[in-house]
Amino acid sequence: MNLCASRRKACLLQPEISRRAGLALRQPARLWDGLVDRMLTSKSVSVYDITIEIGDIAVSVRTESSEFARLMEDRYAEFVIREPWQRAMEQPVMELDVELLLDSGIPNHESDLGDAAEDDVSVRIQANRWVMERGDFRAEWDPECRRGWVRQSLNPYAIDSVLRILHSLILARSGGFLIHAASAVRNGRAFIFAGESGAGKTTLSRLAPRDATILTDEISYVKPVAGNRAGANGGPFEAFGTPFAGELARIGQKTRACLAGMFILRQGPENRLESLTEREAAWELFRHVLFFARDEDLVRRVFESILEFVRCVPVQRMAFQPNAAAWELIA
Amino acid sequence: MSAMYIARSREIAARALGGEMMIMSARDSTLFNLNELGTLIWQAADGATTLEQIVERKICAEYEVEPALALADAEAYVRELEGFGILRVSGQPITDAA
Repeated sequence: MNLCASRRKACLLQPEISRRAGLALRQPARLWDGLVDRMLTSKSVSVYDITIEIGDIAVSVRTESSEFARLMEDRYAEFVIREPWQRAMEQPVMELDVELLLDSGIPNHESDLGDAAEDDVSVRIQANRWVMERGDFRAEWDPECRRGWVRQSLNPYAIDSVLRILHSLILARSGGFLIHAASAVRNGRAFIFAGESGAGKTTLSRLAPRDATILTDEISYVKPVAGNRAGANGGPFEAFGTPFAGELARIGQKTRACLAGMFILRQGPENRLESLTEREAAWELFRHVLFFARDEDLVRRVFESILEFVRCVPVQRMAFQPNAAAWELIA
Repeated sequence: MSAMYIARSREIAARALGGEMMIMSARDSTLFNLNELGTLIWQAADGATTLEQIVERKICAEYEVEPALALADAEAYVRELEGFGILRVSGQPITDAA
């Protein structure tokens, strides 16, 4: 009787994913329109208000820096809500005030710390507020008031991480989660592609046929269909596009579709699919879900959401050769 | 040997899938997968039944295994799960078992 061999471990608390995009910084600042409409006056200082909507959740990022505002507009492109009618949902906007620390000695996470430091994110609850810290930022979030602040240097990586953490926390409370995975929509149905680094997420995204819409090549956004929450009869899940880019350095399309399947990728000698049991699928999913908080209640919710997901959505292991024929497996 | 009572920790999320337990520690979000035998012990860990009784009723009754050996293995196993914080072990009945 070998009881001891029956235990396996995986950690849901994954390190942040490395950012390599640097889109906005290296592009010439483009002229923007409607700037005056978004300028609010507060204590005779101009406040720029950039509302970024991801997965129906709008976060209004407020800054006094026109340079940072322009950085946000460029980086989040179509995810920036310019007019109220562009909003997908009538939910209240969350507010995030960004305070830039100039010449503060805070390292630029992207250039100075590198990948090795990506796991130093700390997320904890302190006096009913979420406190998020990494070498290059400190942020607080009050989930009741739906307000918070970020203190960071002028770079796009810190705010990008804060938004990921914030969305992972908000999603956890509503039965969804972020996954380190690519996702795409084809024929109105969404598919998720997860795998170890180098398993082929970016390759498969690059090989996508013209009729496929890439939601993201890096961080997938999964949420139960509204009004059909997990726990009822277990509704289907939806995938949303995200601006969180990976190696393609290209943000996803701002669209959504019901999830029809998930594939665990590995490059192989032939294109082949293999179905996973719910338990195998759950195990794989746990490895790729991004969740940062050490909070018992939220961990339980994410656990239940993952099990609900594998109950509703078919998960298959997909071996593929890096050519366009791989997409024939995805129907 | 003194009696050993076991109870599932309260700080976990757990679900049986395909006859095996998936358990997540809510404290540090570590995930565990128990095999068929581990699952039998886990499901019987009510804080009121001794480990010896569990092994006798759930394992020795179903599997061809020498009782003393099975108990020794089970003891090492529950100590390990205790170390991970997902199982409680006591010399007395555990009355507030989850």
